[in-house]
Amino acid sequence: MSEQAFVQVRDLKRVFDVSKPWLNRVLERQDKQFLKAVDGVSFDIRKGETFALVGESGSGKSTVARMVVGLLHPSGGTVSIDGVSMSDAKAAQERQRLRKRIQMIFQDPYASLNPRWRVGRIIAEPIHAFGIIQGDAAITERVGELLSLVGLHPDDGKKFPHEFSGGQRQRIAIARALASNAEFIVCDEPTSALDVSVQAQILNLMRDLQQKFGLTYLFISHNLAVVRHMATRIGVMYLGRLVEVSDGKQLFAAPRHPYTRMLLDAVPDLAMVGKPREGVKGEIPNPINPPSGCTFHPRCPLVFDRCRVENPPVIDGVACHAVNAGRVAA
Amino acid sequence: MTQPVLSVQELTVEFVTRRGTLRALDKVSFDVARGEVLGVVGESGAGKSVTGSAIIGLIDPPGRIAGGKVVLSGERVDNLPPEEMRRLRGKRIGMIFQDPLTSLNPLYRVGEQLVETIQTHTDLNAADARKRAIALLDEVGIPAPDRRIDGYPHEFSGGMRQRVVIALALCAEPEFIIADEPTTALDVSVQAQIITLIKRLCKERGTSVMLVTHDMGVIAETADRVAVMYAGRVAEVGPVRDVIKEPLHPYTQGLMGAIPSITGEAERLVQIPGSMPRLSSIPKGCAFNPRCSKVFARCHVERPELIDVGGHQVACHLYDQASAGKTEIAA
Repeated sequence: MSEQAFVQVRDLKRVFDVSKPWLNRVLERQDKQFLKAVDGVSFDIRKGETFALVGESGSGKSTVARMVVGLLHPSGGTVSIDGVSMSDAKAAQERQRLRKRIQMIFQDPYASLNPRWRVGRIIAEPIHAFGIIQGDAAITERVGELLSLVGLHPDDGKKFPHEFSGGQRQRIAIARALASNAEFIVCDEPTSALDVSVQAQILNLMRDLQQKFGLTYLFISHNLAVVRHMATRIGVMYLGRLVEVSDGKQLFAAPRHPYTRMLLDAVPDLAMVGKPREGVKGEIPNPINPPSGCTFHPRCPLVFDRCRVENPPVIDGVACHAVNAGRVAA
Repeated sequence: MTQPVLSVQELTVEFVTRRGTLRALDKVSFDVARGEVLGVVGESGAGKSVTGSAIIGLIDPPGRIAGGKVVLSGERVDNLPPEEMRRLRGKRIGMIFQDPLTSLNPLYRVGEQLVETIQTHTDLNAADARKRAIALLDEVGIPAPDRRIDGYPHEFSGGMRQRVVIALALCAEPEFIIADEPTTALDVSVQAQIITLIKRLCKERGTSVMLVTHDMGVIAETADRVAVMYAGRVAEVGPVRDVIKEPLHPYTQGLMGAIPSITGEAERLVQIPGSMPRLSSIPKGCAFNPRCSKVFARCHVERPELIDVGGHQVACHLYDQASAGKTEIAA
């Protein structure tokens, strides 16, 4: 299994220093404060699949995405893509070659495109940066090709980003990601800023492109319905930890971790017309001072003594004492 | 039929700009009955929020109400002088906004804001108003309300803040509440709690609610009836079950298919080509005609009015008897 994994994430950690300034700490006699945004996350992504990370705000899913592409240095743990470590200094040269195979699509297409560049230049930037094609005519032709691939007109390259709607801008961002012939694309909430009818267009486009080019996606979203539609495998995050990893269909048919169950019960859905809903307890606690043991224990219906002291390891895709000890049928 | 709490009739809102007059709402009509939750859905730019602002008279210049009327419990309110409108706001029509952080003043304790609102609208003294505020916080599900009432908004989490905003809206026991995207800024698990709360409160108090949102899932669970808006017009109004299960308007049909579901089996989402027109270039006839798969000649020239079709209303020529013959040719 580990041999064919395209992306390997092992025990990934990221700690942010959220302390007050030095003088305040001295005067108010406070210690440094740290926020564990990601706390020991491990998963594999196979080639050609869509691995989705879901979770509520503050669960650390975007932080994981940024560490996987190398925008953020991990505080611990490793990320390796196609066997090349993203942090090992010895692999610097190989990593340089790997770079062009990894691209990212961001949440807000209004912020991720330079408003003063023409669309053609935006899309050509990765081509220039990696020196993939030489000669202006050839590059222009390639840009036109990419634009038609994402459903825009080749002449749209002469326009500026403000002339496009949100959905069209996201198409431009996708064209840019494809410009360097990327194989692995990290999508951080690619459709959450879009309207539903436009979201459907972008999700369908992403699936078409995946089939056409055999792309591998790491798909970050808080929207469970979108994730269900896109993902082959899904990881559920809670307070910086991965609580359940499961096959896409499996997760929705038979959720195992109590948090996943609660989350699925909470999603408003079209099929729920007129049905009473399950009550959901509490909110995500403050990540600066998370609960001891299993961080979900204050909200968990299956809590018992061990949960309050000991952090459950991920066994067979689920990190829960109750499930692992066989106390609940899962 | 009993009198509706709120009746909006042919409401038209225009914005005068340098590039001409933009019509944000074009003859929007709907009623909200007592104790009913009317969901208003649509994509960005459909005019959902403008409808809410127009009802409580919060359209800022250059926008203006250019036609139609708003009737609250039999009394016309859209042409009231500003001073009377100000008294009506909060007292008879409550508002819940999207972002609970910006609708609370960060510099005042939650209790001060509640007491101020209660005293503005009722003649309770300070001590009674405070008691009332505590009771309201308790009712919206804030634990230890007698202690939390002295907290500042930043000490509350997102969901708790939205509860405070709901308590604020309830202060004067309004007969009608406009909730503009009340759960959009919240996480799903908290969103579910707020939906349940809004539903329970309307039931207990008999308050009518206009719930504006772009999330069909929220509408499906909360609303009794739903109005679908497109380009400043109402495309379809009907009981929520009918509109979701058997949508009539081609736009609603596309919209329902475009929403990924956690239970559905669809491999591919339905795609509506194109996007909502800009207000400056709304097509002639039916506003949806360039994106519609069932378009025929009449759609390009004549704007469809809302007509009754089996229990719900739809603005589409396909269901008009007069064009029945032509439909078959088009199909």
